[in-house]
Amino acid sequence: MDFVNHFLTHWNYLGCITLMMIGLYIAISRGNLVKKIMGVNIFQASVILLYVSMGKVSGGTAPILMDGRSDVIYSNPVPHVLMLTAIVVGVASTALGLALVVRVNEAYGTVEEDEIVALDRAEDERALAAEAREEASGGAA
Amino acid sequence: MSDAASTHHVATEALVLLDHLPALQVLLPLMGAPICFLLRKEALVSAFTVAISFACLGISMSLLGDAMHGDVIVYEFGGWSRPFGIEYRIDITNAFVLVVVSLVAAVVFAAGPGQARRAIPVGREYLFYSAALLCLTGLLGVTITGDVFNVFVFMEISSLSSYILIALGRERRALMAAFTYLIMGTIGATFLLIGIGLMYQMTGTLNMVDMAERLVAVNDTRTILVAVSFVVVGISTKLAVFPLHQWLPNAYSEAPPIVSAFLAATATKVAYYLLIRFTLGLFGAALVFDRIGIDTLLMPLSVVAMFVGSIAAIYQTDFKRVLAYSSIAQIGYMTLGLSLASEAGVAAGLIHVFNHALMKGALFLVAACIMWRMGSTKIVNMRGLGQRMPITMAAFVLAGLALVGVPGTAGFVSKWALVTAALEQDALFLAFLIMASSILAVVYIWRLVEVIYFQEPDGEVEKKEAPLRLLIPTWILAGMTLYFGLFSGFSVEVAEAAATQLFAGLGTVGH
Repeated sequence: MDFVNHFLTHWNYLGCITLMMIGLYIAISRGNLVKKIMGVNIFQASVILLYVSMGKVSGGTAPILMDGRSDVIYSNPVPHVLMLTAIVVGVASTALGLALVVRVNEAYGTVEEDEIVALDRAEDERALAAEAREEASGGAA
Repeated sequence: MSDAASTHHVATEALVLLDHLPALQVLLPLMGAPICFLLRKEALVSAFTVAISFACLGISMSLLGDAMHGDVIVYEFGGWSRPFGIEYRIDITNAFVLVVVSLVAAVVFAAGPGQARRAIPVGREYLFYSAALLCLTGLLGVTITGDVFNVFVFMEISSLSSYILIALGRERRALMAAFTYLIMGTIGATFLLIGIGLMYQMTGTLNMVDMAERLVAVNDTRTILVAVSFVVVGISTKLAVFPLHQWLPNAYSEAPPIVSAFLAATATKVAYYLLIRFTLGLFGAALVFDRIGIDTLLMPLSVVAMFVGSIAAIYQTDFKRVLAYSSIAQIGYMTLGLSLASEAGVAAGLIHVFNHALMKGALFLVAACIMWRMGSTKIVNMRGLGQRMPITMAAFVLAGLALVGVPGTAGFVSKWALVTAALEQDALFLAFLIMASSILAVVYIWRLVEVIYFQEPDGEVEKKEAPLRLLIPTWILAGMTLYFGLFSGFSVEVAEAAATQLFAGLGTVGH
């Protein structure tokens, strides 16, 4: 019972960890580059949840100074401010990632990682074969 | 009278400017990046970038000079002192890393985008310079700041611009290399962010000095243990410590050689500095080494990196890939220094940071020369290059010998320091492993030397060196590997002073 209670009182952290694992799993397991980016995005979003929930003070109100009252408890605004920056960073890296995916799609004609790897490997083999042919003709001359 | 007054006025203004050197160190390249964007003309932009990077070098040298006098330089932004404001805090360690980063940046930027010109549409070179200056901003910012959240932000500035620079590579593979690096890098940075969040949760401050003081009291809480693991894994991803190195070979070999020269010599060095700063400076040696035993984890990983990197380098068919894999091995030497958990070990790691930046910078610039001349860096195309471009190849031999660690070169100084540090702890076997992995370096360097000097070139031999703009920076770095091998006073002295200061603790020094 104690155990369950412990978990339930930390539900915000549980949510954050779940989201974190979902994001990380998508980023690792998916072969589609767009999905990878989205996975990383979810992973970053979970960190925002972590910071925001650590800024919450029990019984605290929004940190806007109330004149003439000394008994008010305020929540900590610093983590929120930090997360504004982290959101900007997240948006920038997502945008750059998606821009790269667009260029990958232009260059390879696909955004599936296994197909791209296969294309690269085929290119390598062609280069090797060409080299071998050159070597053979050079030897004959 | 008025003359005297105006000189006095100028003098005080100069003094005021001198007070703001730490801010200028980061602001100059930050402001320079958009200005590059506005200037557009290639000649103008490249002259401007070189001017800015040399100014950064001057500033960092002057900061190192001040730091070596024993004072920790504290610069408070907007006059807000800690814990409210953000401060830049410069001790010997980060002043040293600042010098390494800005030195390499100045020399490499002077070489210009070089062969990248074929990848970048004519008239768009200014974008290369903007991204390069932003990357420099991020790297200098990570190094100079005394605020842990600032570290994360600057790290992302440098990473995002380095993804752009890597994607400039000629082949389409460069795009995938940049993408993989982006995924790995973002996950690594987010790990660091989680770690920083947990540290903030326990200490209520983001300032490094305050945090180090308050962490002592909460040292053995589970939150801090989790924070240590998140921070160490996050930074290790950026540093490419052995099992987390997968992004590095592709990124460095597909990027334009100039970009590889810059990143290989700076980005991993800054990550190494961060690892030292967080483990020794913030968490403290007592927690990280004695209680958690990061050193017992880091040591085998470093040794494996030394061997796996070197062995993989032997089997590569592309010059740039050889260099990239050798970087993994060299990073192994640096982390091995840290894992010795002693002053001598950390000093050896820092000496290698400096020396490796010089050698790898020089070698990747040689790759840029080869790229310019042959159109590719495949080893089969390098046959008989010793006859085609003898001066460039002499630089290769010099930097290659340094990589092996031949006495008289910079590489010897750092390996000697590392072996001495290992022997200090009676780790004979470790010293033997360092020697053994150096022999592997002989193999991959000799393999290249054989192709370059002892194989007949295809077709007619025409002696033609790379343009002076590439050749001079290459020789500056290669010459420095020789100079700092013969006169190792500077690097050894600074690194040892830095290690002493680090072990004395961040909170106890200075203000």
